[in-house]
Amino acid sequence: MGNPVQLTKTVQLAQTVQLTDEIQGLTEDLALASLALARRFSAGATMWCASPTWTFHAHHVAVEFVHPVIVGKRALPAVTVPPAADMVATLRASVAPGDIVLVLADADDPRVIDTMRRGAAWGVETVWIGAGTQRPAAGSANHVIWLDTDDALGASELFVRIYHLLWELTHVCFEHPGLLKPEPECSDEVCITCSDEGRPAEVVLVDGDEALVRTPDGQERIDVSLIDSPSPGDLVLIHAGFAITSPGS
Amino acid sequence: MPETTDFLYPFIEGDETDSATLLDDLARSAEGKWRQSSALREATLARCEAQLHATATAMAERFNAGGRLFTFGNGGSATDAEAVAHLYTQPPWGRALPARSLAEDQAVMTALGNDVGFELIFSRQLIAHGRASDIAMGFSTSGNSDNLMRAFAEAHKQGMLTVGLSGYDGGRMAAEGTPVEQCLVANSDSVHRIQESQAALNHALWAAVQAALAG
Repeated sequence: MGNPVQLTKTVQLAQTVQLTDEIQGLTEDLALASLALARRFSAGATMWCASPTWTFHAHHVAVEFVHPVIVGKRALPAVTVPPAADMVATLRASVAPGDIVLVLADADDPRVIDTMRRGAAWGVETVWIGAGTQRPAAGSANHVIWLDTDDALGASELFVRIYHLLWELTHVCFEHPGLLKPEPECSDEVCITCSDEGRPAEVVLVDGDEALVRTPDGQERIDVSLIDSPSPGDLVLIHAGFAITSPGS
Repeated sequence: MPETTDFLYPFIEGDETDSATLLDDLARSAEGKWRQSSALREATLARCEAQLHATATAMAERFNAGGRLFTFGNGGSATDAEAVAHLYTQPPWGRALPARSLAEDQAVMTALGNDVGFELIFSRQLIAHGRASDIAMGFSTSGNSDNLMRAFAEAHKQGMLTVGLSGYDGGRMAAEGTPVEQCLVANSDSVHRIQESQAALNHALWAAVQAALAG
């Protein structure tokens, strides 16, 4: 038999999910991510949506962008990474420089951490939506949209709000074409001596002291004699034609 | 479709260069919509409280009798159907319950859509799987989807418990003579805000089912 007292408590509990205090930072993050998405889509991006735990959320984001609920809004290319697929392998094969990778996941999901750290070498814009008292490490994605709660059900509910708003705000940005031109690239890692920067790359093939690597600008051959036993899939920084370090590997 | 914010930007199209004003407006717009969503959520849960209780009690009886939950919907609502099946089978607490989304299997969906028609993709699966002790739960924002109405009719004919989540004024799912026994409605005309409140209804209903099973 049902227990009305327990039910009332449940409904009241559902009603008291706190939505007020942290929303300012959240809405600012949503605004920045939406403008970035609009810029990328305007330049021809495809958005790759993935969620190792909540496949249905990834599907919902993709269908939202591909088939807008408001008649007359642009259909945008968004795809769900199949749930059974190896996330890194699928994205490595699929993404093009300029694309967007949007992930819904906890901060400690190793598949997502491994995907996001490759974003710079692949040349993609990364968006990480999630919840929990632990946030992703600083700089692990271009945009982190986070709910600081351990209430999994409450968070799952609010994810729907977050990606609906992301879609709504992205379409507002399309009405401001002057702001959708790409911003000039700015790099802090330029060498004073040779003016070459340390550029992120991912190793594709190794051939003795040489390797074929992938960068946002395309594939190139580099010298890997300065680093220890490079192998395909490793991330490296390139400087003046040499791999100088393997960040985080 | 013109946005109400247009008047804020007296720029000649394409000449706008400072994004600060837009970002500020986007953040304020997000905050307003967030609060609208919270208000609709609260109103919907309060209005549906007695109905949630009745539905949860009926669902618990079905589960106790060996019944299973079949969920279905189109588009974003198909992902809601999947989310609900996931919640019942892999709950954060409480009892794991048998549930499955009829919108998940692409081989079955495309076979039925191609061979017999899209309006029959869910009802045909209920013909194959349904038993009188089962529960059919469908999600729609309009409440009018043809393939949902056909699935509800089939489920009702078999003696299944029929539960619907709808929006606007409830649509066909809530109209007179509907095969939907319990139709929970989020009264809004925004598809997004409706789905957000339906997510709250799903969680409240699930928790109430758990409470009914434990009670």
